[in-house]
Amino acid sequence: MFFQEATPDTSGYMIAGYAITFLVMALYVASMYLRSRNLNQDMTTLQELEKPAPPVQTFVKNEPKKSAASSGNNRSAKPVTKRARKKTP
Amino acid sequence: MQPKPLALRILDIVALIVLGIATYMALNAPTERVMGEVQKVFYFHIGTAWTALLGFILAAVFSVVYLVTKDLKWDRLQVAAIEVSLVFFLITIVLGSIWARPAWNTWWTWDPRLTTAAVTELIYVAYFMLRQGIDDPDRRARFGAVYALVGGLSAPITFFAIRLFRTIHPVVIGGTNPEADGGFSMTADMRTAFFFGLFAFTIIFIDLFWNRIRLGDLQEKVEQLKLKVSM
Repeated sequence: MFFQEATPDTSGYMIAGYAITFLVMALYVASMYLRSRNLNQDMTTLQELEKPAPPVQTFVKNEPKKSAASSGNNRSAKPVTKRARKKTP
Repeated sequence: MQPKPLALRILDIVALIVLGIATYMALNAPTERVMGEVQKVFYFHIGTAWTALLGFILAAVFSVVYLVTKDLKWDRLQVAAIEVSLVFFLITIVLGSIWARPAWNTWWTWDPRLTTAAVTELIYVAYFMLRQGIDDPDRRARFGAVYALVGGLSAPITFFAIRLFRTIHPVVIGGTNPEADGGFSMTADMRTAFFFGLFAFTIIFIDLFWNRIRLGDLQEKVEQLKLKVSM
């Protein structure tokens, strides 16, 4: 090539070189953008998971409201043990 | 993620503008008589090589600072510098190969400069493979720092390869090599395009580096949050 009189046409190589440069840089920028977007999504999900869950409320339809005292079934009372039974006449 | 600082937004725009100007100047620089148009890849070849090698050396410096301070911030800076440099050095190697085809009549030859460049690129590809294999962040940072410090030696070796060994790679700046094939002397216009190319790629490197640091910070926050949630 260096013994030729005329300048050779190597413009194809030059175009390929510049095209690859821009392509590689564009791919890298795109990869950074995608990684950033995915991390932001992860961040949002994790922040939602981190929030304390609200207390679960269950409602039973048509259940008559009874006060603990009026209903004979008082669960808050202490259980009757053997010793307690002996003491009671 | 925190919104981008105004300075970074401005730098993004400036980086795009200087890239456009550098391309324009390179394409409009005088055509070299012997090689023809392909010589114009030289402006980007040197620009990317300069910033990549600088990035590898910066990463070695960050490694030393990390090993002294044990602050993970320096580890993130190191990773950012290596990643951006790896991309730039890949462009350097590909451009060199494209130039070599018409100039040397081959895409690749195991010349000392090409060999040291390929070894450098592979060293830093392996760096990311090493990091992927370690889960513990402190251990990963420590191993990465030692590796980047030792790997950093490959950057000056690559730079001086054409000055120390017998090689066919031309030394365009600061030296003459009688065995080089494809060397040329620059005219004033070529020199302007060349120095502007160096400046442009330095700006682009800083811009990408800053963006990559922010990405690293975000990654760190997500990892912390994952740990917090899993506990």
